[in-house]
Amino acid sequence: MQPFKPVLLEAVGVPDGHTIASYKSRGGYAPLEATLAGKQPADVIEMVKSSGLRGRGGAGFPTGLKWTFLPKDHPGPIYLCINADESEPGTFNNRILMEDDPHQVIEGIILSSFATRASTAYLYLRYEYPKSWHRLQGAIDEAYAAGYLGKNIRGSGFSLDVYLHRGAAAYICGEETGLIESLEGKRAWPRIKPPFPAIEGLFRKPTVVNNIETMACVAQIARRGVDWFKSIGVPADPANPRDPGSYGPKLYCLSGHVEKPGCYEAALGITARELIDRFGGGVWKGRKAKAVIPGGISMGLMTESELDTPLDFAGPGKVGCLGLGTAAVVVIDDQTSIVDFLHNSARFFAHESCGQCTPCREGTSWSLRILERIKAGKGRLKDLDILLELGTTMGMMPGSTICGLADGAAWPMKNAIKKFRGEFEDYIKRTNPSGWMVTDPVPALQIVGAH
Amino acid sequence: MPVVIVDGQEIEIGADERLNCIEAARRAGKEIPHYCWHPGLSVVASCRMCLIETGQRDTATGKITMVPKLVPGCQTPVKDGTVIVTESQLVKDSRARVEEALLIDHPIDCPICDKAGECLLQDYHFEHGQPERRADLQPFHSRKRDVGPTVTLFVDRCIMCTRCVRFTREIAGTAELMVTSRGAKEEIDVFPGHPLANKLSGNVVDLCPVGALGDKDFLYQQRVWFLKREANVCGGCSAGCSIHTEHNQDAVYRLKPRENPHVNKWWICDEGRYGWHHLHDQARILDATRKATTPGHRGDGGTPATESIEWADVVVKLRDDLKAAGRLAVAVSPMLTVEEAWMLCAVAKSIDPEAFLALGFVPTQGADESFPGGFTIRAEKCPNRKGVEEVLAVYAAGGRSWDDLVAHVAAGKADAAWITAGYPGPWIDTAAADAFADLGQLVVQDLFDSPLMRLATWRLPATGFAERSGTWVNVAHHAQAFRQAIRPPAGVWPEGRLFWNMLGRRGLYDPIAVRQQVATSSAAFAALAGELPATGVDLRLHQIA
Repeated sequence: MQPFKPVLLEAVGVPDGHTIASYKSRGGYAPLEATLAGKQPADVIEMVKSSGLRGRGGAGFPTGLKWTFLPKDHPGPIYLCINADESEPGTFNNRILMEDDPHQVIEGIILSSFATRASTAYLYLRYEYPKSWHRLQGAIDEAYAAGYLGKNIRGSGFSLDVYLHRGAAAYICGEETGLIESLEGKRAWPRIKPPFPAIEGLFRKPTVVNNIETMACVAQIARRGVDWFKSIGVPADPANPRDPGSYGPKLYCLSGHVEKPGCYEAALGITARELIDRFGGGVWKGRKAKAVIPGGISMGLMTESELDTPLDFAGPGKVGCLGLGTAAVVVIDDQTSIVDFLHNSARFFAHESCGQCTPCREGTSWSLRILERIKAGKGRLKDLDILLELGTTMGMMPGSTICGLADGAAWPMKNAIKKFRGEFEDYIKRTNPSGWMVTDPVPALQIVGAH
Repeated sequence: MPVVIVDGQEIEIGADERLNCIEAARRAGKEIPHYCWHPGLSVVASCRMCLIETGQRDTATGKITMVPKLVPGCQTPVKDGTVIVTESQLVKDSRARVEEALLIDHPIDCPICDKAGECLLQDYHFEHGQPERRADLQPFHSRKRDVGPTVTLFVDRCIMCTRCVRFTREIAGTAELMVTSRGAKEEIDVFPGHPLANKLSGNVVDLCPVGALGDKDFLYQQRVWFLKREANVCGGCSAGCSIHTEHNQDAVYRLKPRENPHVNKWWICDEGRYGWHHLHDQARILDATRKATTPGHRGDGGTPATESIEWADVVVKLRDDLKAAGRLAVAVSPMLTVEEAWMLCAVAKSIDPEAFLALGFVPTQGADESFPGGFTIRAEKCPNRKGVEEVLAVYAAGGRSWDDLVAHVAAGKADAAWITAGYPGPWIDTAAADAFADLGQLVVQDLFDSPLMRLATWRLPATGFAERSGTWVNVAHHAQAFRQAIRPPAGVWPEGRLFWNMLGRRGLYDPIAVRQQVATSSAAFAALAGELPATGVDLRLHQIA
C-alpha cells in the first residue's frame, strides 16, 4: 500500500472549506487561470488522456478518450452534462465532494468544458441532496461573481454557463442517456445507441456526460500534474492490451457492517480487506464478513475468500462481479441472510426499472415475486434455476436490454445464487419442507373446478 | 449491389436502400417477430422481440465476424456483407423468454378479447413461446379505461410497445397518450381532461399489436376470423386513402388502412374509418320509382302517386322519358367511378347528343388539414372529382361545374336533368333544389332522401363506396382501382350496372373492360390500361413518360 494523503477530500473538515476563498487558499482555480491564459483545449484533452483518468461514475471509461469522440470542428453548441444523480445504493462520494468542496468540482467542470469546447454545462443533481444543492448553487454563484463562469472568462474569450438542475429522484436518471432525456424534460428512458451522446446527445447536439468525482479528478490533475496522478493506482496489465490501467485516487464509500463506515480516499487498487480493516475498523461486533458488495449493489457480491481482490477497475471482474462500479463497498456480516439481501436488492431494481425493455421490466418484477414467495416459505429449488436464468439473460451484455440497469439488477442475483447457492437451498428446504422439491409449475391460473 | 446474408441465403438490396435487419430478412422470406417496431414510427428497440444475431462478412477474405451478443433487428441497419442469423438456438431462446415475460402480467383473457385472432401476442406465442408457464403469478383482472371518444384501453393487456404513444406524438402531433409509472407497474394513460381525441385516433388501435386498445366502434361486434377483407378505397374525401373493407355477409364491420406509400402510408383518419355507417342506414332509398303523373310544382296539392319500376324496365323507360322530355342536362357525381362517369356521359349523349354534361355537386368542409406525420385530410369530401373532370374533358365538357349546371337549368336551357349524387349525408337545401322544380323530367340518383329527391320524377337509389367497383382518381392524380366489397341492399343496381345496360351492352357489368376503353379514349387515362398495381398509378407520371 502506497502512503497516501487525501487529495480529493482535502477540504473535508476544513472550516468553510466549501467557500471559494478556502478553495483558492488551497491552490484552487490557479490551474484554471494558467490553462485559460496559455493553453489550448487540445492540451487539456491531452493532459487528461495521458493521465489515464477513467470515469468515476461506474463504467470506468477513459475520460480523455470519451472527449475525443466529439465531432471535430463542430459548429456547436456542445454540451457537458455532469452526472450527480448519485443513486447507486451505498454510494455517497459525490455528495461529500459537492457538500464539502464544490469548487473543486466546478473547476473541473470549467476545465472540462474548455477542453470539450462546451459553452454550457448542466449539472444534474439528484433530488435527495438538498445540502448539495445549496452548496453547489452557492459555489456557482461565487464562481460567477469571481469571473470563473460567464462570458469571456478571465479575458480568455472562453465563455461558460453552468446550470444546476435538480432531478426528480429516479435511479434510471443516472444512466447517461436517461439523464439526457430527463434534462430535455422527458421520461428518463435510456436511448438506443448508436448514436452515442458524443455525436448526438442533449438536444441532439454532441454531449459529454461525466461524473462529479471525474470532474474533481480533472481539477486535481490540472493542479498536481499527470505524473502525480499516474504515480497512484494500478498500472495497465501488460498482458491485457485492452486494460488502460487504474490510475489516481478513488473515493471508496464504505458502509454496511463495519465499525467505521464512511467515505475514504485511497489509491485505486486497495483490496477490499484492507479497506475494511484499515479504514473501516473491521467488520462490526467482531464478526466475520459473509459477503462484500464491491461497488454498489449492482456490481454483485464478493465472498469472504475473495476479499483480497484489488478494488481497481479490473479487479472485481476477476471474481465474477460486474466491475468496480461506484466503489461503494457494502459489508454484509456472517449473520445476515443472503436471501434477505437478494430480496432487498430485487425490490430495489423492480422498483427502479424504467420499464422500457421487456426483459428488465418483467424480469426484475418476476424475480422479486419469486423471492417474496421464497421468503414466505413457499420456495422451491427450481426457483433458483429460474432466478439464475433471469440473472444470466437479462442485460446489455447478453444484448437483451438497452441500458446497463438490467445488468446491474442481474448481477447480484447471479452472484448470490452462484456463490451462495447452498444457503438458498438450505433456506428453501428449511422453510418449505413439504414443497421444496416440487418441479411442476406453480399453478398460475385459478382453474375453475368443474363439476 | 450490397449483399446481405440471411440465414446463409444471400440477397441483394438496392445500393441506396436503408433497411434494417427486419426488412432485409423479410426480403429473404424470413419474418423476424417484432412488437414495438413499425416502419412509420421512430425506432425504440424496447420490446426486444426482434433480437437476432448479426455479423459482418469481410469483403476481401470472406471471413465472418459475429457480434458476440444479441442485437435488435429493428435498430440494426444492414450494409454490404451483413450477416443475419434468425434461427439460432440463442435467438429462439431469447424470443421464448420475451414471450414468457410479456405473458407474466397479461390477463390472458383471449376469449373475451377483441384482438384474439389477429393478435401478435397470440401468434408469436404459438410460434416462439414455450409450452409451459413457469411464472407463478396470478394474472390480474383486465381493467379497462376510457381514453377517448373512439378508444377503450384494456390496461393489463398492454405490452408497453409504445407504438400508440409514438403515433400521437409523431404522426398526429397531439401527444395525448403517455406512459405513467415505472417498471412492471407502468401503464399507458392520458392526462385527466385531455382525452385521446384527435382526428387520427383510430390508428392507435391498428398499431396496437395486442388487445390493449379497443375500437369502440368495433368492440364486441364481430369475431375477426369471420371477417373477409377487400382492398378498397376510402370515399370520404379526395385523399383517396387505400383501405381494407372488412365485412361479413354483406355487412361492413370496420375499415382498416391499407399500406400505400403513394397515398396514405399506413394511416387513415377517423372520419374515413367510421364513415361507413351510412351504408347500412335504414333510411337509404332502395326502390327505383317514377311519379305516376306529370309532376307539378311543389305545394300544388300533395305529392303525386309514385310507381315502383323494375330495374330491367328502368333501362328502357328512363331512356324513353328523357328522350321525350327534350334537352338534357346531366350532373356527373364525383362519387362515381371513372368507369361509371364515362358510361353515364355515353348514355347521356346517346339520349341527347347535345346533352349538357357537368361535374356534380362537390361537397366541401373546412380546409385541408395536415398533420406532422405528413397525413392530410382533404376538405373536398368526395373521392373522384379529378377523375370525373377528366372524363368530362373527354366529352368536351371539361371545366363545367355544378354551379354551371344549376345556372343552365335555371336559365331554362334544359327540359330534363339527370342528377347523380350518392352523397353519404345531406347536400342540397330546398332553395338550391328549387332551380330544378320546373323541369319536365328530373332523375335523381342518391342514397338518401333530399329536397331535390322530393322534386324528382325518377327516384333512383345510388350505391355506396364499398358496394361499387371501378377506379377513383384522388386529388393528387393518383388512380386506384378497386372491387366491390359487399353487395348493395337487395334489389339495388349499382350505377355502373344501370349505365352498362342502358348502353345496351351484353352480359354482366365489367368495370375492367370499361376501364380499358377509358384508357384508350384519352391520353389523360392512358395509365389505366392493363392491370393496375394494388397501390394504384399516378396519371400524370404516365403522361410525361
